[in-house]
Amino acid sequence: MLLLHCPWCGPRDEPEFVCGGQSHMVRPEPWHAVDEATWGHYLFTRDNPKGVHLERWHHAHGCRQWFNVARHTVTHEILAIYRMDEPVPNAVAGARA
Amino acid sequence: MSAGRLYSGGRIDREQPLAFSFDGRDYIGYAGDTLASALLANDVRVVGRSFKYHRPRGLLAAGVEEPNALMQVGEGAASEANLRATEVELYAGLTARAVNCWPSARFDVGAVLRPLERFLTAGFYYKTFMWPDWHLFERYIRKAAGLGRPSTEADTSRYETRYAHCDVLIVGSGPAGLAAAVAAAADGQRVILCEQDPQLGGRLRWDPCVVNGQSLDGATAAAWIDAQVAALAAAGDAIVATRTTAVGYFDHNAVTLVERVTDHLGPQAPAHLPRQRLWQVRAGKVVLASGAIERPLVFPGNDRPGVMLATAVRRYLHEFAVRAGERLVVFTNNDDAYATAHAFQAAGGAVVAVIDSRAAPTATVLQAARAAGFAVVTGAVVCGTSGRPVLSSLRVRDAAGNTTFFNCDVLAMSGGHSPTVHLFSQSGGRLVWDDTRLQFRPGDSVQAEVSIGDAASVDTPVAALWNVEGRGKAFVDFQHDVSATDIALAARESFRSVEHLKRYTTLGMAPDQGKTSNVNALVRMGELTGRMPGDVGTTRYRFPFTPVSVGAIGGRQRGELFRPLRRMPLHDWHATHGAVLEEYGGWMRPAYYLQPGEHPHAAEQREALAVRTAAGLFDGSPLGKIEVSGPDAAVFLDRFYANTVSTLAIGRLRYGLMLNELGVIIDDGVVARLADDRFLVATTTGGAARIAGLMEEWLQCEWTTFRVLVAPLTTSIAVITLTGPKARSLLQTVGVDFPVGATEFPHMSFREGHVGGIPALVCRVSFTGEVSYEINVANSAVRGLWERFMAVGAADGLMPVGIEAWMLLRTEKGYLHIGADTDGTTAPQDIGWGHVLKREVDFIGRRSLTRTANLATDRYQLVGLEPVDGAELRPGRHLRGDAVTSGSEGYITSGIYSAALGRWVGMAMVRGGYARSGEVLNGVSGSSTFKARIAPLCSYDPAGDRLRG
Ligand SMILES: [Zn+2]
Repeated sequence: MLLLHCPWCGPRDEPEFVCGGQSHMVRPEPWHAVDEATWGHYLFTRDNPKGVHLERWHHAHGCRQWFNVARHTVTHEILAIYRMDEPVPNAVAGARA
Repeated sequence: MSAGRLYSGGRIDREQPLAFSFDGRDYIGYAGDTLASALLANDVRVVGRSFKYHRPRGLLAAGVEEPNALMQVGEGAASEANLRATEVELYAGLTARAVNCWPSARFDVGAVLRPLERFLTAGFYYKTFMWPDWHLFERYIRKAAGLGRPSTEADTSRYETRYAHCDVLIVGSGPAGLAAAVAAAADGQRVILCEQDPQLGGRLRWDPCVVNGQSLDGATAAAWIDAQVAALAAAGDAIVATRTTAVGYFDHNAVTLVERVTDHLGPQAPAHLPRQRLWQVRAGKVVLASGAIERPLVFPGNDRPGVMLATAVRRYLHEFAVRAGERLVVFTNNDDAYATAHAFQAAGGAVVAVIDSRAAPTATVLQAARAAGFAVVTGAVVCGTSGRPVLSSLRVRDAAGNTTFFNCDVLAMSGGHSPTVHLFSQSGGRLVWDDTRLQFRPGDSVQAEVSIGDAASVDTPVAALWNVEGRGKAFVDFQHDVSATDIALAARESFRSVEHLKRYTTLGMAPDQGKTSNVNALVRMGELTGRMPGDVGTTRYRFPFTPVSVGAIGGRQRGELFRPLRRMPLHDWHATHGAVLEEYGGWMRPAYYLQPGEHPHAAEQREALAVRTAAGLFDGSPLGKIEVSGPDAAVFLDRFYANTVSTLAIGRLRYGLMLNELGVIIDDGVVARLADDRFLVATTTGGAARIAGLMEEWLQCEWTTFRVLVAPLTTSIAVITLTGPKARSLLQTVGVDFPVGATEFPHMSFREGHVGGIPALVCRVSFTGEVSYEINVANSAVRGLWERFMAVGAADGLMPVGIEAWMLLRTEKGYLHIGADTDGTTAPQDIGWGHVLKREVDFIGRRSLTRTANLATDRYQLVGLEPVDGAELRPGRHLRGDAVTSGSEGYITSGIYSAALGRWVGMAMVRGGYARSGEVLNGVSGSSTFKARIAPLCSYDPAGDRLRG
């Protein structure tokens, strides 16, 4: 059971949260200029790293805010938690390289 | 020769005798006994039958590692299966039965299998029952397999869950754990100390230990334990939990404990206490002081009742004053077991011999043994046992190969100790093989955790002795009847990976989790395949360390609290007016209101007819209601809905569809524009929370610059829907402070004002096809308003209407019900909403609507259906056209008998349905067939005159 530090509420147990999958997905636009392969990629293709994964979580049973989590998929180490409007922290970007 | 109670000593209370029964016979034990110690005190030597071969088995151990003495304890609803007798504290009136045998452990009918033993080797089932089909045999094998039986009655016990946080969690209260707890508490740390036994002290309670250079035994040990408990109490907020086992170690230092609060009291447990309590602990640091578990030696006949672990023999002596027999032989590969011989002699037993596999045991130990008069045979092994069923003699083979026989009724064996690494392994850490001490011990920590004391490493030197050859089965895993030859067989058949070995032989599985067997098996596999044990590796120990009752996991979340249902503000009115309340989307709602003697179908038809001919009153309170406001609210809703919202005038309503990015319809409802920058969005009942959540997700994660607030209001507003040809006059009778004429208050508009003097927002929108008013009022006001309507409407034929009639009315009109008429593939163009493709603006799912697959003409399309020759159009029935002779071309999504039309009405998803208007389809219902014609969706008042009237 993960311990996640909600940027607004502090450390809380995993059952309070919902994982919304990979973060930083870029929605292709405008829709009429997007070919099927690109759209299909956006809908269905996701990273599946053995290592650091950037994902978005929702404090569903708390403040109801979304935020980003950099989580190591093997150790479950939480490398960083940052707001939706913040870029990937440098340290995390380094760990992923 | 017999086992029995000593006249003095032990930590039992001889003033408190307790009567109990085992396999139908009555016995007496004492307070402080475990079921195991009480059975041994009563000379009950056979306590169970083995899993596969039904061999008689006695107690092997005295603690959680006991593999043989699995018990069915208690009667009726309180009956629990597969408890280890060594963990069951005795209480007055306890009833126990050995599992896996009938009628008793001593005389077991299942033992007829024993002559087949040599066929029932590892993989027997896999090999034998693969042809022609495992499933032919499965029923019979499952019946013969398994251990205890769960009670068929509902568990009447209460269980609780507790969350706890601490700086340091210490698992185990032996000398190491207790000292660590005191030190941490003295340092100002918040401490939780958990101990699986009823008392603190661990091994200190039955063995001399050296703590901080001080040798403690008996009274001095008890005094030391008391001093530590006092120091912990003085530290203030330390929590000490006995009868509490740490069963799981999860991510981020989350540890699960199970506290057996009243199990030891049996039926005398006070009602105010839960039976068990599940703790979820989040610890800053975890200290694993879980001690060590002794390993059996693997030699032929090592499972005969009377063959026990050496420490267990000592523990029964010192803790329970029970001597396991009269004549003892010790078989060891280390010094530790000699203590058992001395203790046995001191308790008046005869020590027949000490068989030491080492050529040269430690000199001082050897001297002490000889001084005590023990016959020590060095460089020798036990290579066979006999006795029916209890051990009476054994065969010893010395270094020269000569065999001697010894008569004895107890064999205390010791293959050395293994650190109890289960929780460390669960924490994600890897075990390392210590080739000097011959043990797997914790490697590097991967969480904030440290193992101390015997759990870190056991220092007693051990000589390698992993297998003694000889005639007869030598057991490695007693609980699963896995023998040394099974491991050899697995090696021969190339199941050499530790994971394959485990599955092929069932070694170390299930309740036992390999507590006594894993190391012996892995090392043996290494020997057979020329690998070091560290290279063979270990399987990862699983949660839970010891079995956990399902009740403890469920806690309070059972019965009505398993999935709490929501009740509407008018619930009590419905319940007292004949409503049959059923669950719809998590809410308890009236399905129909039964009149005396009325059949449910008749009630549904009566209520629907009342709406068509007079008026009905429907409780729509669970309808999803979300207020969306802010400068960008209109632009946001244009993207959130498949249709345009921003062009909606203030005071007007518009029906809309919501899609996901796959272009699939996920919800529908009516949106009201309250102001330029304020909308009230209605969703389906089931979609209320989900849609509000989705809006937040899009606003927080994608369209982050929009200035929009989303406020879910579903449960703060009650909705009553007044519908039918007499709805308008009833509304006027109750009193309304705005004009309600057909042109002043037209269909698809709303007004804010008062109804019956109560502030209300009234929407003129219809799910029935009749003039309808959805009246939104505060929860607190709805009961009074509902009763006013019922009072003034009774004379006009106003009736309360349940969900079933509501579904009939909307099916007559061909109105969509999301989730019934649509599924996870339905796009707007499949329900006649192709016009959204004309929208240039982007919205959720927009791009998916023009995928090639979405533009196909043979998609499932929603059509109306009318019966041919009085057919019954029941939902789920499949349909196909004349051109198709097998398979399905579609199915009925909604279908119901309409009293208003005197026939069945229906809707269906049909391949390419739009182009097939008027076609008669063939339907299949079991063995009979029927015909139905594709028709317009709307069967009732297709022109909509009644709706707009
Ligand atoms: Zn939060």
